[in-house]
Amino acid sequence: MALKKYYFHKILNGEFKGDDMFKLVSNFFALSILLITGLMVYELVKGSWLSIQRFGPWFIVGTVWDPVFTQTFSTLPLILGTLTTSLIALAIGVPISIGVGLLLSEYAPKRFAWLVSFLVELLAAIPSVIYGLWGIFILIPFLRHNAYPFIQSALGFLPLFSGPIYGGGVLTAGIVLAIMIIPIVSSVSRDVFTAVPRSQREAVISLGATKWETCKIVMSYARSGIIGAIILGLGRAIGETMAVTMVIGNKFKILPSSLFDAWYTMAAIIANEFTEATYDLYVSALIEVGLVLLMVSLIVNILARLLIWRMMKFVRGVVQE
Amino acid sequence: MNRRIIIVLLVAITIVAGIFLAYQQFTTPQRTITLNGAGATFPFPLIDKWVSEYSKIKPNIIINYQSIGSGGGIRQHMEKTVYFAASDAPLALEQASKAPDTLHVPFTIGGVVIIYNLPGITKGLNFSGEVIVDIFIGRITRWNDPRLQELNAGVNLPNENIIVVHRSDGSGTTFVFTDYLSEVSVEWKTKVGKGTVVNWPIGLGGKGNEGVAGLVSQTPYSIGYVEFTYAKKNNIPWGYVKNAAGEFVEPSLESFRAAAAAAAVNLPKGDAVWADVSIIRNVVHNKQAIGAYPITSFSYFLVYKDLKVLPDMDEEMARGLVEFLWWTIHEGQNYSAELDYVPLPSNVVTHNEETLKMVVFDGKQLLKG
Repeated sequence: MALKKYYFHKILNGEFKGDDMFKLVSNFFALSILLITGLMVYELVKGSWLSIQRFGPWFIVGTVWDPVFTQTFSTLPLILGTLTTSLIALAIGVPISIGVGLLLSEYAPKRFAWLVSFLVELLAAIPSVIYGLWGIFILIPFLRHNAYPFIQSALGFLPLFSGPIYGGGVLTAGIVLAIMIIPIVSSVSRDVFTAVPRSQREAVISLGATKWETCKIVMSYARSGIIGAIILGLGRAIGETMAVTMVIGNKFKILPSSLFDAWYTMAAIIANEFTEATYDLYVSALIEVGLVLLMVSLIVNILARLLIWRMMKFVRGVVQE
Repeated sequence: MNRRIIIVLLVAITIVAGIFLAYQQFTTPQRTITLNGAGATFPFPLIDKWVSEYSKIKPNIIINYQSIGSGGGIRQHMEKTVYFAASDAPLALEQASKAPDTLHVPFTIGGVVIIYNLPGITKGLNFSGEVIVDIFIGRITRWNDPRLQELNAGVNLPNENIIVVHRSDGSGTTFVFTDYLSEVSVEWKTKVGKGTVVNWPIGLGGKGNEGVAGLVSQTPYSIGYVEFTYAKKNNIPWGYVKNAAGEFVEPSLESFRAAAAAAAVNLPKGDAVWADVSIIRNVVHNKQAIGAYPITSFSYFLVYKDLKVLPDMDEEMARGLVEFLWWTIHEGQNYSAELDYVPLPSNVVTHNEETLKMVVFDGKQLLKG
């Protein structure tokens, strides 16, 4: 109210300037983000209401997906599948991306760095269905013949790496996802490494640090930025649909027998079944899967924020001492 | 003198042209009619061909067909947001109750073929319904199982595990295939059932025909199923399937047509309940169906009997729609074979003629019978 009066007053006195206009417009755009998110949640809840009423919280902890006979739906295996493939992607993709980031900011000559970052960003422009097809026709045969038997002979005593090898499966999906998150994670980490002040590097070098020690200091300085980059990558991995669907094997079960076995993710089941979902409860359950996916991303993001926040506090504390 | 003639000529031409244009404008008011349809992806190439051919005959009728999947087509039909839908499965009882007075018009025929990847074996393998069920349920697990070997005397089947590949996305192909398995085996019917998506007891899921074919071609000792047209276009070798007459039948336009002709005898009236209609059911146990490939199915157009129920529909549009459908089951069938679809047998065409004659607008008949 006060705000309205303020602008009204300004307009009356002829003091309403471009600055005020700009403020109003940018406020509107900022609010529209909130509005769109709110609308999305509202629509998802509305669309899944039938399923929410029918299954309640069991939808999240149950392990049955049966559209044919009992028409019951629940998502625990899908949630686990989504998180597992995303974590595998991080485990493989993040070290590579940080390496790329360090190379680009600390080691590579300018022209070479430009070329590499151009190529890495090109990876981000490839449509995910292309990654999926590449996964089926190139990566899967390679992994089945060359990589997986080798891994199995070395680590087969672990249940994670035993069992039959199909080629497609959890690990393959993780690898494809890892390649897909490398562009975003590496370009963001390059940016945060470059943003580390020159004085930091000079101080460390003047104390007689080696190149590797300098890199360590740069990385610890940029820690929160790296976590931010990882979160962006995780977001991409959790929501990725097409490429995962094409290589994961799409099997609804509580746990796969090994990392070589088929599994399922939330995004994949929506993509697979939405077009042919023929009755209301089925459609509603698939929309609720979308809602759960949104919630899982939200929770993961909040956890990451908390992590960064705690770390910042820790770093600040050290500096203050 | 010369100049005057030219002026007179120009004026004359202008007047004549003006009259001509006005004449065209007022005497043949060509109203453009847009007919929206949606549904199955399987017959999309055929429908697309029909749409472009029909626009040459009737330029004022624009047909807009979106291939969003049978399920989506049925949903839009029930919500009355399209004028016609195409589906690989007839309306189930529950769906039919939400879309009363729906007519089913089978307009083309498709088949599902068994594909496999056995290094060194190029000959088409023989399968029987029971063996296919046991492979996909996980009872026959090795290629040199005696029951498979018995069907393929003289073929040196490898002592390897069978890797089963199925469709993971909801699809009419899965519906047809599981319909067949349910018809063959009571155990399948009660444990897994039939549907566009089912809970497969074993195996890997691939997305789309290309996903299944890709996995099978990349995985030695695997077996899967895809739609006939897809396998044919991509030269994927397929298996022969035993029918009730005891023949091992190769999937082909002729063997699908034979199956459809055998089933057409028992088709219900166009406005009756079609939920249980299936070529498979008519062929699997029918010893008279000579030369029929059992895993065969219709694709259906779904239209309301009285088109008045659709919003923004008028008599002229309704007539345009029925005439188009009439054309597809007659002249339209000539385009089937070149696109690897099966032309309808004549008894199905006759049946459809009766069905289309039932279509009315506000009680008024649209086709002269």
